[in-house]
Amino acid sequence: MPAADLVANVVVSGILTGLVYGLMALGLSVIFGVVRVVNFAHGEMMTVAMYAATALFAALKLDPFLAMLPIAAAFFIFGYVLQAGLINPFITRPEHSQFLLLVAVAIILSNALLMIFGPDAQSVQLDYQLESIEVGPLLVDKARLYAAIAAVAAAGTLYSFFKYSLVGKAIRACADNYLGARVVGLDVRHLYALTFGLGAVCVAIAGCALVLLVDVTPPLGPAYTLLAFVIVIVGGLGSMGGALLGGVLIGVSEALAGLFIVPSAKSMFSFGLLILVLLLRPQGLLGSRT
Amino acid sequence: MQRRQFNKALTAVAAAAAFSTLGPINLARAQGRKLKVGVILPRSGYLGFIGQSCQKGADLAPGVIKELLGIDIELMNADFESNVDTARTRAERLIQEGANVLVGPFDSGAAAAIAQVAEQRGVPFIINIAAAPQITEQGYKFVFRNFQTAGDIVRNGLDLIGELFQATNTVPRTAVYMHVNDTFGQAMTKGIGALLPSRTQLPFKIVDTIAYDPAAKDLTVEVSKAKASKADFLLLVCRLNDAIILRREMVKQRWQPMGIVSPGSPGMYEEQYFKTLGKLSEYSISNVPWYNPNARLTKIVERAFKKQNPKDNLVFHGLNAGFTFEAILIAADAFRRAQSTDAKALADAIRQTNITEKMMLGAPIRFNAKGQVEGIGSACVQNLNLLPTVVLPKEAATAKPVFPVPGYKKT
Repeated sequence: MPAADLVANVVVSGILTGLVYGLMALGLSVIFGVVRVVNFAHGEMMTVAMYAATALFAALKLDPFLAMLPIAAAFFIFGYVLQAGLINPFITRPEHSQFLLLVAVAIILSNALLMIFGPDAQSVQLDYQLESIEVGPLLVDKARLYAAIAAVAAAGTLYSFFKYSLVGKAIRACADNYLGARVVGLDVRHLYALTFGLGAVCVAIAGCALVLLVDVTPPLGPAYTLLAFVIVIVGGLGSMGGALLGGVLIGVSEALAGLFIVPSAKSMFSFGLLILVLLLRPQGLLGSRT
Repeated sequence: MQRRQFNKALTAVAAAAAFSTLGPINLARAQGRKLKVGVILPRSGYLGFIGQSCQKGADLAPGVIKELLGIDIELMNADFESNVDTARTRAERLIQEGANVLVGPFDSGAAAAIAQVAEQRGVPFIINIAAAPQITEQGYKFVFRNFQTAGDIVRNGLDLIGELFQATNTVPRTAVYMHVNDTFGQAMTKGIGALLPSRTQLPFKIVDTIAYDPAAKDLTVEVSKAKASKADFLLLVCRLNDAIILRREMVKQRWQPMGIVSPGSPGMYEEQYFKTLGKLSEYSISNVPWYNPNARLTKIVERAFKKQNPKDNLVFHGLNAGFTFEAILIAADAFRRAQSTDAKALADAIRQTNITEKMMLGAPIRFNAKGQVEGIGSACVQNLNLLPTVVLPKEAATAKPVFPVPGYKKT
């Protein structure tokens, strides 16, 4: 039986990593919740953000936490243009058309990264990445802690935006009743594009945070797309809190499975959790039944 | 004839005479043709850095072999993207495109897949690096390996660990064994399990075994478990990317065992390990098949390497480039003797190989009935002053081993 401090350390690490995963999945959840399009290029978009962070670090020695601002701004524009120019015409088309469109976007992004950056793994090297904070028996990885704080701050800001701003309320109105929103005169296509832009911002911030924890390679995208799907299905598709909860649950369950069973089989347990949720609560832990 | 012309003619005759000592007199038929060598390596994906390192050995081979044997080699390069299924399809494609012989692939899983294709299609396949013993235990007629099997690597690696403890007067009592869970890692684990109990000169016992995915992006849990074992040192069978992640994680978790010792795996002597980790790469130990820096062939290869890679140092690529070069040398030597690109004739000639002047440590290159070269040597290579340095065996050492490492703290 592992010692209590070992379990506590592993759980804390799982929670912190899970929060970053949660922010990544939040983007997917927000886009689906409003636009009703599943972004199959989600992981690839995050990989682009990770490469952008490494490029800014290499060129300007810019810390990824500072690089979050310009990268998030660029991603907002990219997301807006992608939705307004490419995805909006597909909104009323069958789901398989939307699926193929976004898979095509994913393949283009992944191959563009391969052409620009090559196949080698890239990373940023900062002193604090190797540091940890000692809190009693806990040893908290500094970079992981900062990444989790950034994820929570970004999620909190997004929540406040949707809850309190007029544009946020309008977006929620679109999500609740597409026809009603159009009847009251809302520019639904513009609001959809804004939503996709905001989802892309979540991905950008998650990518900048994650690049402090893992090295990035072009083929990384599909694994993160899959992870984001697992998280939002566990948490509840379209639920913001659900995405963060799903991220934490997946992070902690993988960490504990690695500790108590076999580390090399830990991702098996996140899929086990997914199957359990699909069987017992198909709408996800915090999702609403439609 | 003027004196200058006479001198030129004399030089040419002398060169031809010297050349005939290296090869048979009747070279004309082999020289008339090119040997097409299909080189399959993981130049991208998680094994990408090592694949690119091996490729350096392949790239310099045609020039060096032309100089040594007068044979023309055409390389047909294929990247299997660190994916076993892709390795199989790349091998098929190379054969369809006319490769006379296949060389590669630095990975046991991929080697097993390519071996099946080579055997079905009847094309010789010379393995540069891949250690899973079963590859040469299948009764294949077209598969050859100039590299140690996992059993040999472990045997030599464990013996060198014993020598290391003796040389440094240390007696670690416990080890935590961490290993990648791919074909190579499993083969090594099997080898360690079988051989360690019989090595009575080794004073330690393994207190925990932790398997992990070589493509893992995060090893927090694995390192936490290893640290919790309170073992004296870390016995590690790794690849490159995971070795880097693991070393970083050890620093983050403030785990400083007596040392990290690999009984025979890649990763810690690779250039990227040094580049990425800097000072943190210091003192890691790998007991691996290595090259002989004093061999005549090494000097020739080193010159060609420097010419092709002015910014690189062979010491970081010696194992990968050396075994890849030797694999192509074996193919060229067989082609010279077979005087044909016919697959069966080439395979028969490879079986008769007897290369005494080689680059890597150990006995001459001769294949046994299974297509395996025996007697390849290992060295204990420790990272010192940001260079992989031979510290054992004593006769090949250029520095003394450091163990336990400075800063060692008992957990």
